[in-house]
Formats: sequence, structure tokens, C-alpha cells
Amino acid sequence: MSRPTPLREVHESLGATLTDFAGWLMPLRYGSESAEHKAVRTAAGLFDLSHMGEIFVTGPQGGEALDHALVGHLSGLEPGRARYTMICAANGGVLDDLIVYRLGAEEFLVVANASNYERVAAELTERATGFDAEVDDRSDRYALIAVQGPRSQEILSTLTDADLTGLKYYAGLPGTVAGFDALIARTGYTGEDGFELFVSGDDAAPLWQEITKAGDAYGLRPAGLSARDTLRLEAGMPLYGNELNAGLTPFDAGLGRVVKFDKPGDFVGRAALSPLKDVPPRRRLTGLVARGRRVPRHGYPVVLMTDGTVVGEVTSGAPSQSLGKPIAMAYVDTNVSEGLAVDIRGSHEPVDVVDLPFYRRSM
Amino acid sequence: MSSIPQELSYTKEHEWVAGLDDGLTVTVGITAYAAEALGDVVYVQLPETGATIESGDAIGEVESTKSVSDIFAPVAGEVVEVNQTVVDDPSLVNSDPYGEGWLFRVRIEGTPEELLTPEEYITVTSAES
Repeated sequence: MSRPTPLREVHESLGATLTDFAGWLMPLRYGSESAEHKAVRTAAGLFDLSHMGEIFVTGPQGGEALDHALVGHLSGLEPGRARYTMICAANGGVLDDLIVYRLGAEEFLVVANASNYERVAAELTERATGFDAEVDDRSDRYALIAVQGPRSQEILSTLTDADLTGLKYYAGLPGTVAGFDALIARTGYTGEDGFELFVSGDDAAPLWQEITKAGDAYGLRPAGLSARDTLRLEAGMPLYGNELNAGLTPFDAGLGRVVKFDKPGDFVGRAALSPLKDVPPRRRLTGLVARGRRVPRHGYPVVLMTDGTVVGEVTSGAPSQSLGKPIAMAYVDTNVSEGLAVDIRGSHEPVDVVDLPFYRRSM
Repeated sequence: MSSIPQELSYTKEHEWVAGLDDGLTVTVGITAYAAEALGDVVYVQLPETGATIESGDAIGEVESTKSVSDIFAPVAGEVVEVNQTVVDDPSLVNSDPYGEGWLFRVRIEGTPEELLTPEEYITVTSAES
């Protein structure tokens, strides 16, 4: 039985197709997912992300505890700023990718993926042992609403006095939106400018309605997980369970830059990760664009056109609206970059290697 | 679910078949229920004109943003026409599944399989949802 978010009735009233995602009943789409994708690229989209986990780490040694628990240097984060980071196992495998917001000198918010947050909360609690810090999983109390797209700031500025213009990418500040207390963060997972609003679950539905009203004149529309997935794929952003998993290190994923060996103290995974930092991985996360119209999908083999030798595996794939062709991310052997195809249900469909991301917004 | 055309026959693989009463050439498409479940259709692969098909064969694909589904031959016979318009604009499967979104026509050979009545098909869809 999937858990509903505080916005379930809103989604149902909008005629959403609901789906189970990581144990949550989430909107997959409200109408056409292509139209939702386009709205985010050209105007704005409104997302319910209340399935994400919100874990608070507080106390005089909150930063030190996170330095030990995660691969990033969180004690060095300025209050009001956010950082993309990861939590790894002792063997270096990625347990989750995270965004950590420093809300104050002694207060951090760790945002974890829905599929992992219980594990993350448990690991953080255990790893914080011995530090003067408290770990509190408040996921059940929080809702997360995202407004993403080029018109996001205009829309939200009609609902808040907060200084949105001064709010940088990967920063967050407390404020009110439509009269509701919110942590307003300039973060997202779509490749567009946008905001994420952490609010009390009780406020989620009325806030959603206020944003909907304010966004109407700007072309804002609700957008589901289907559009979210194609948007983040075009933006080349990894999804845990696809591009990231416990069998891969940050270096395998091409994200070794998030591992901060020069931060103070030891951290979980250091011993395993340290020897890897100068070793080129066997496979590299690679962008592929299909020449034909069939879509490479998660798990499909990447092969050589010449003899069908398997040289990689697709982690995510979808038709790309921005490119007008199917795109995919795949782990591909580093010694090949031409003459590739994806085995799409037995047929070898040619693909070209491109740099990630597939889509970059114009500033 | 919305009403379904009463003059058509159906399969449990969510295809509709028109013209079965004449017993000669039938038109095949996928139902609005299936189109809705798939989401935006982005690619349709159809059999070649002239292909001989057996009932139950996987003879094509309907691909959407999130998934891909086989098209199964609802009857045995020869494919006499495919809808090039829907190949060029697969979104017709979503916007007009019983009209412009038709997929192909088959000249029936032999006695056609038993297909589902509208009432029987509704039972199939309500069991799935």
C-alpha cells in the first residue's frame, strides 16, 4: 500500500495518473507529459516532491558529524547555502546522493531520495555517535513543492517578500510564501531555474492552490514524475537506482569531485575511495543520442555495431523533446566512442556519443 | 473509464478491431484505455504491407515516454494497408485512438478468432484498474 502525500486529493481533483514510486503514491502525469515537460522548459511547472526525505542535523558539532558521515565538506558550508553531496558505505559504494542545506550555524537539512531516506537517517544517526549533534528524520512532517522553469521567479515574487533576486543557485532562506512559512531554496532537478519550497504538510494543499492561481497568467502547469524524469535526463542529472547505486563509487559515476579528501577528520568511505581518485574507471557515464526513433531504455546493452560486443549498459533513456530524438545515459567502456549501438529488444540501433548534458538552458 | 465504441470488437491486449462483421478486411487500432495507460505515444512500429500474420503474433510496437508495448495480431491474414499518418505523427494514438490513430488493415484468412465484445472488454479493463 503506497503512502499518499499531503497533496493526494489535489492530484486526484486534477485528474492525475497516480503511480507507486518508492512506496509513495505520486502523480505520474496530469495530462500529457510532453506538455508538462514543455511548460517547464518554456514557462513553469509545479511539482509535488513530498516523497523526498528531510533529515535535520543540529547541534554544535552538526557540521563535523556530517563531515564524518558524508563525502563532502559540510562544516565549511556557509549558512544559507546548499551543496550536492553523497553518503557512501565503508567500501565506497554510493548509498544515496543528497542535497545538504546549512540553515544556521548549528542546523543542517539533509534531503535524501524517497527510496533511501530511512537508510540515510539510520546511517546518519549511527555515524553521528560521539559528536555533539542530533539527527532527526522529519520527513513525515514536511511537504516539498517545487516551482521550476524560466518564469518561476516571476510567479513566486507575487507571493513572497523574500529576496528571490538575491537568492543564488544552491542557496536557501527562510521566508513566507502566500503567508505560509517555508524554506525557500533555489535548487531543482530539471535543468531550469527554479525553487523548492519546504513547508509543513498541513500547508501543502493551500500553498499549491495559491501558486496555481499566481502561475496561471505565466503558463504554469502541474507536472508529474514522468516529466521530471525526462527533464533531469536532458539535464544530464543522475538518478539514484539508475546512474547511481551501492555497487558504484562516486568516481565510477564521474562525480569524484564531490569527494573532499582535504576536509578535516576521517569520513566513512575514505579508505576505500582514496586509492581510486587517480585511477581511470573502466567505464564512463556517457551521453547517447539515437539516430532512429526507438528508445534505448534502462538495462539495455550498449554494443559495437561491427560485431555486437557488449561495451556498456544504458542507465536511463527517453524520447527527448528538446533534441527531437531518443537520448540515453549509459556506462560505456572508456576505450570506445564510435560505432556504437544499443540493443533494443534484439535489434542493434545506432547511437552517437555526445557530451553531457544533452540540454543546457540559455541564461 | 469513458465509454467505448459499441460497434467494435476488442482483444485482451487492448486492441480494437473494426469491420469484423463483413468478414473480409478489418481495421486495427489500440483502445483509448491503452493509450491513456501508455501516456504520450512517441513511436509506432507497424508490420509491412503484404506481411502475413498469425493471430497472437507480436507484429509491432507502441512506444511512449515511459514504456514500450507489443502490438499483437488480433486475427490471421495479410496486412493490406498501414497508417503512415500515425507513423509520422504517433500522437494520433492518444488524440484519436478510434479514428485517425488507426494502425493497420488486415485481409482475414480463415475463420477469425473469437474476439471480445465491448462488455467483455470493459470487464478486462476494470480488472486491471
